[in-house]
Amino acid sequence: MNPVATQGFPSIRLGLIGGASLVLLSLIGMVEAFNQREIVSDVISMGQTLLLFTAVFIAYLAAIRGRERGQRQVFGAGITAGLIMAGLLALLVLLGHGVNMRQVFINASPALFQTLIFQQEELWAGIGLLLLAGAVTGLSAGLLCLLPGQLRHFLISGLCSVAIVGLLQDMIAPVLSEWGPLADLNDLLFPGNGLSVSGAIGLFIAVVVLTAVWSFKGQAMQTRIQALPPRSRRGLNLAAVLVGVCVLLVLPQVLGLFLSEVMTIIGLYVLLGLGLNIVVGFAGLLDLGYVAFFAIGSYTQAILTSPELGFFNWNFWQALPLAVFFGVMAGVILGVPVLKMRGDYLAIATLGFGEIIRILVLSDFLRPWLGGAQGIGKIPKPEIAGFEFATPPQLYYLILAGCVLVWFISWRLRDSRLGRAWMAVREDEDVAQAMGINLVATKLLAFATGAGFSALSGAIFATKLGSVYPHSFNVMISINIICVIIVGGMGSMPGVTVGALALVGLPELLREFADYRLLVYGAALVAMMLLKPEGLWPEPTRQRELHEVEIAAEPAPLAEEPVGPRS
Amino acid sequence: MAVITIANLTKQFGGLIAVENLDLEVKEQSIHSIIGPNGAGKTTLFNCITGFYRPEIGDILLDDHSLVGLLPDQIVRHGIARTYQNIRLFPDLTAMENILVGMHSHLRAGYFGTVLGLPAMRKEEKDANEEALRLLKFVNLAGKGDLLAKNLPYGNQRRLEIGRALATRPKVLCLDEPAAGMNPRESQDLMDFIRHLRDALGITIFLIEHQMRVVMGISEKVTVLDYGKKIAEGTPAEVQANPLVIEAYLGRGSATQASAA
Repeated sequence: MNPVATQGFPSIRLGLIGGASLVLLSLIGMVEAFNQREIVSDVISMGQTLLLFTAVFIAYLAAIRGRERGQRQVFGAGITAGLIMAGLLALLVLLGHGVNMRQVFINASPALFQTLIFQQEELWAGIGLLLLAGAVTGLSAGLLCLLPGQLRHFLISGLCSVAIVGLLQDMIAPVLSEWGPLADLNDLLFPGNGLSVSGAIGLFIAVVVLTAVWSFKGQAMQTRIQALPPRSRRGLNLAAVLVGVCVLLVLPQVLGLFLSEVMTIIGLYVLLGLGLNIVVGFAGLLDLGYVAFFAIGSYTQAILTSPELGFFNWNFWQALPLAVFFGVMAGVILGVPVLKMRGDYLAIATLGFGEIIRILVLSDFLRPWLGGAQGIGKIPKPEIAGFEFATPPQLYYLILAGCVLVWFISWRLRDSRLGRAWMAVREDEDVAQAMGINLVATKLLAFATGAGFSALSGAIFATKLGSVYPHSFNVMISINIICVIIVGGMGSMPGVTVGALALVGLPELLREFADYRLLVYGAALVAMMLLKPEGLWPEPTRQRELHEVEIAAEPAPLAEEPVGPRS
Repeated sequence: MAVITIANLTKQFGGLIAVENLDLEVKEQSIHSIIGPNGAGKTTLFNCITGFYRPEIGDILLDDHSLVGLLPDQIVRHGIARTYQNIRLFPDLTAMENILVGMHSHLRAGYFGTVLGLPAMRKEEKDANEEALRLLKFVNLAGKGDLLAKNLPYGNQRRLEIGRALATRPKVLCLDEPAAGMNPRESQDLMDFIRHLRDALGITIFLIEHQMRVVMGISEKVTVLDYGKKIAEGTPAEVQANPLVIEAYLGRGSATQASAA
């Protein structure tokens, strides 16, 4: 049989998929927009990095398919995929030179095509270079595939670190420049737009060495820690927690105003995420109207404190318990009618509840009390003994305290009778009931706890902004929080934190590319579901279950095993 | 002494009468089996007893309390626990957690006590863990407490489900086809285990089973259902000789042929 027909097909298919993705990324303007930022000065821009990472990833997948058919197919498959991807881009360039596509694709500018052919004056020379780059990409993907697993891991860590540092240069550089000895490092790393060549190489080598040391020594260290007596292990854990707390406490001092602001937003999402994690992650009740409780917390806080309305003029601390209380009550009120609903039906009903709250606060009917579309302003900042939480670094501490409290409650509840009841309801409601679990009480407690956390977050949000508007409470907030939980890992508390950092923190840092935020969100969710369905930081047991299928696959020794104790 | 008394029980699904005018008594500390062809209403009867279905007519008494109208979680607190025909463990919880969920109704920990970590709650949790470990050992799953229920082999899952039911501290244990999918040797072990259960814990075993070897081997009393009606009751030997039973299982005419032969 024709070898190409049998061996080339997966790589051709992957190449076409990859090529289509690259053409799409170019046409929607991502490449051009990202080109404004250099990853390594004068060497590679962010747009090029985006194309390169996609291409290498696809070619790598093709190379793996090739490897299944023997070592020699690796390069063939990789290069085939690389050439097809480059070929599709070349076609795009040729098409762009022949036809004016800007009527439909406004981003299909000459500048884009120049970028794609490496700024070559001569069109055909550029296309030749593009195809060559495709082949080289495929070749290096093949090499990557043939490397031993550990070495590949080091290389990828190094490359990704360089890309991430380059990506986040606007955050890292100002922070570094404020610290005496680090300022020199900063000048070395970031002379202008992007990393310097020597800085990039240095960073790459440092990360490779660090990951290598960790992978060789880390295992030994972990076993040594495991071997310690429980008491000193607990001491070590305590020390780690203390170090973590110290880092969290000094963070806003180091980070400066802008990053502290980002941290407060992340913190609010962690609060929201931990609350929804109880409802969705622990009890398995898919609540799409979660923003409603956030809104109720915010509005209660606003009504009770704002002098603009002038009803109560309470201070923050007087109003806070009541805001949380109203959130809890709203959780119960929503919970009662949806007790009998499951899955999709519950999701739709809660979605409706979220919209009802938003429309209520927007309505003219309630305007005298809720401010209507103009919202409520002049919400005072919290104050303790003359110390006002006004600036982002100060508010950060308030939110941190809230996160610690909510984390503690979640943690205590998770490993308790109630936490087990929630998880039993998530796994099988009927059986949970047959085991003596009162479904009404258990579900209402989940709704109420989650709503209380959300209202707490809302109250802090109101005081942070100083004003509340109906449009802050749209359904996208609910969806965002669900995404945070899914990406972090359902039911996992560290996962919520990591998910909030990734899905809320990163977009805040990359504000200039906000146009592509939802696109990246969608892509990230699809990629997560395909590659790491248990989330970025899953619960330990969940991790065990999804990645050690071997345990389950082990043949059941049915015949040898006695079914009961033989007396 | 009857621990469960069923009087004139009828359960309908639309026009289909699943259980009709059933009278039944289960003696305390006995092993009582329900048999019958597929669709005879055996599992429906279990679902009525454990509160999943509410019967239209009739009464179900545990000792002297009526169970009709109670929710499943209330009934399990009265002392009736069950297992399922197709195993229904909590698949993503560990074996240990499955048992601990079974102990739910015996634990008192409240919301605020849990959050505050009151000493009483901690002690209760510690005791519960110890009891769960004992139960795991009792159902021969010692050392497997940390495995996820769904990763256990089939036989272990069956035993874990029984362990979870025992964790509710039942007076009556309803087993729905516990020997399904077991080979002769395993079902022999199961029979020994069920007898051991009854003798060691002094509970009543109420059993649905299709494997005649198991039914005839351990039952003290057998009730035969067909189309929702009781057609025979007695010791295994009596039931086996009953022409109505043979007819229900093998079809009309078989009984006369069997007696002729």
